[in-house]
Amino acid sequence: MDFINSIVLLLNYIFVPALSYGSQLALGAIFVSLIYGILRFAYFTAGDLMSFGTMFTILFTWYFQSLGMSLGVLPTALIAIPFGIIVTIFYVLVKDKLVFSYYRFKKSPPVMLAMVSIGTMFVTQAIVRIIIGPFDRRFFDGEKFILKASEFKEMTGLNEGLTIKSTQVITLLVTIVVVSILFWFLNKTKTGKSMRAYSDNEDLALLSGIDPKKVVMITWVIAAILATIGGTLYGLDKSFKPFTYFNNMLPIFAAAIVGGIGNPFGAFLGGYVIAFSEILVTYAYRKFFIYLLPESIEPDSLLQLLSTDYKFAVSFSILVVVLLFRPSGIFKGKIL
Amino acid sequence: MRQNLDVIAAYAIMLGLIILVGFLQSWSLALSILCFCLISAVMTMGANIQWGYAGLINFGIMGYTALGGLAAVLVSVPPVKEAWQVGGLNMILCAFLIALMVFSIRLIIKKYNKSNKRNYGIALVIIVGLILLRLISGPAIESIEAVNPATTGFLGGMGLPILFSWIVGAFFAGGLAYVVGKIALGLRADYLAIATLLISEIVIAIIKHEDWLSRGVKNVIGLKRPVPYEIDLQTKEWFINLVAKFNQGTLNLITDTLAREQMLKQMVIEGSTVFVKLCFAGLFSIVVIILLIITQKALYSPWGRMMRAIRDNEEAANAMGKNVVKQHLLIFILGSAIVGIAGAMMVTYDGLFTPGSYRPMRYTFLIWVMVIVGGSGNNFGAVLGGFAVWFLWIEAAPIALFLINLFTSGLEETNTLRVHLIESIPYFRYLMMGIGLLLIMRYRPKGILPEKIKHV
Repeated sequence: MDFINSIVLLLNYIFVPALSYGSQLALGAIFVSLIYGILRFAYFTAGDLMSFGTMFTILFTWYFQSLGMSLGVLPTALIAIPFGIIVTIFYVLVKDKLVFSYYRFKKSPPVMLAMVSIGTMFVTQAIVRIIIGPFDRRFFDGEKFILKASEFKEMTGLNEGLTIKSTQVITLLVTIVVVSILFWFLNKTKTGKSMRAYSDNEDLALLSGIDPKKVVMITWVIAAILATIGGTLYGLDKSFKPFTYFNNMLPIFAAAIVGGIGNPFGAFLGGYVIAFSEILVTYAYRKFFIYLLPESIEPDSLLQLLSTDYKFAVSFSILVVVLLFRPSGIFKGKIL
Repeated sequence: MRQNLDVIAAYAIMLGLIILVGFLQSWSLALSILCFCLISAVMTMGANIQWGYAGLINFGIMGYTALGGLAAVLVSVPPVKEAWQVGGLNMILCAFLIALMVFSIRLIIKKYNKSNKRNYGIALVIIVGLILLRLISGPAIESIEAVNPATTGFLGGMGLPILFSWIVGAFFAGGLAYVVGKIALGLRADYLAIATLLISEIVIAIIKHEDWLSRGVKNVIGLKRPVPYEIDLQTKEWFINLVAKFNQGTLNLITDTLAREQMLKQMVIEGSTVFVKLCFAGLFSIVVIILLIITQKALYSPWGRMMRAIRDNEEAANAMGKNVVKQHLLIFILGSAIVGIAGAMMVTYDGLFTPGSYRPMRYTFLIWVMVIVGGSGNNFGAVLGGFAVWFLWIEAAPIALFLINLFTSGLEETNTLRVHLIESIPYFRYLMMGIGLLLIMRYRPKGILPEKIKHV
């Protein structure tokens, strides 16, 4: 019994939260990785693009709520996501036209484009803060829990409860659907293949008649879709605050690099690597060992490897280690 | 003279703008803008050495600034004897332990060839070391933080004059840069950017949460100043006389003695803040001028030419027998040390150390905007960028208010859009910075004052 209790404990405090957080990071990391692979620069606006998409989803959610629309047990934001995506796609395409395309045609070095993306980061951040303000906002409605701790205890008769929030399940399901569609698109369709070819070898791809404009446009569209979905899921699960989204850029980059930047599948797994290690290292294992060990050698300390304050630091340390020993990432991205 | 006309003109305009603020808003504000402009200028010089001279991207400026600030605390705060008694020994032991870990790792790296065995050895040393550190430091940290937590709860510093911290801050930042440089300098440009950005976040996390060292988010307030305090000044005879002399014209107009006394008192209070800020501005200008002279000399020395060669063509420089790796490390340390000076200067000016206020937007990306707008590779350009961007950063709010009022003048006072826009004025500065950076990068990619290469 104690053994099952300890497993449930880990599931409840580590596995479930890490899985949903990892999915949100993975969505972000995939588009950062795609942009890096195809447009060939580090996209520092990543976090703020997510907050931009989320903001419009929230605005549409409020609008639908004012119309009295709702999905019952599901959050209203799910209907609003497509509209948020459309606005975000429009925004990134305009941004590309006005800002990035110039440097692409001039064949500027990647550093220059990264700098430019810092400029757009400032602008995006300003737009978000001017429209919706810098405050913490919750826009979740509908049923909050799928499984409550007390219900679980009653059902199984265990001491430990297992809580599953509906947002966690939604996050996981949406991520699976979106990522499957994305990989199907990249691997099976002609456009997807041309994108991969372009990423692998630009000159060869151009020679074989691939339209660079189309590839670039589709990359931005995918980026906007992933950013909006990932941002909204994060906001539903936790809350929407522009500053947190900006900070999320850092674990997202960590995930993309750990997975091998330029390699979307690696980035996808990298998201989970980062999320799990962040939570595994900062979790206090005291209760876990109390269940497992006999009473005589029960630990008195928290058995926490690092305090939760260092959550971010963990992922960055992993990143530094990966960069040192395997600069192309765990799953072999490109070293441009 | 002729060829430096643009520099002189740009600086004259900048100074004029600050003086204009003095006339339109207040002298106190103008002087604090000037002080922060000077601090920003030091930071941009540091970033410019790395980016402009050597082409290294350092997005970790925030970390070095915070370390400089930490130096100010550790140098100037008097030591907390009680805390040292309860936990000092253990903390010193920990420092030795860390040194031991570093040396043993270096030994392993030297002795063994690259293999899995070596990696396991390093991992073992780190894990054992961390557990030992935890065991030794844990109780000590607890007892240190328990010492009078409302006012101290940390080890305190050395109790030296705060001006020393400017040098110590440089050493702190340089030391961190040495470690970071050893780890990360081999990376490609944008990897380096991300790695330094993340490392600076780790530094901030440590400063924020190691309360025994820096009081963490509880902040350290009331740091000593290198210049007189306003309160002291207001009672000094010579200062009151000075203020009276300065404002003789206005004072003579008032005939009533009592009203005159009142007026003088008011003037002394205002004058004291201005005087203090003037002192700060003077100190900061000395630093800026010294650094400018040194960096200018360095830029046009054989060493500067070598750096430019390395920046423009690493392989060719390498082929000419220049040690690229060593020079990169050197310049990374030098630039970071200068940023550390600026961090210590800033904490000295504020008189308080607030680890929670270090955010990458303000301390990393804004500094980069300054370098790029001002002109990378040109020290005068970088300093000007620091001035111009900081000025805009502060004055963005009044400018935005003016523009909003202008464009919405057709709308009513209570119009929701107008009210909303006026409420979000603080965020227009981000918009201005972003658009400014994009415009400069597009139409003047070398900055306001571009790099000048003297051909010999």
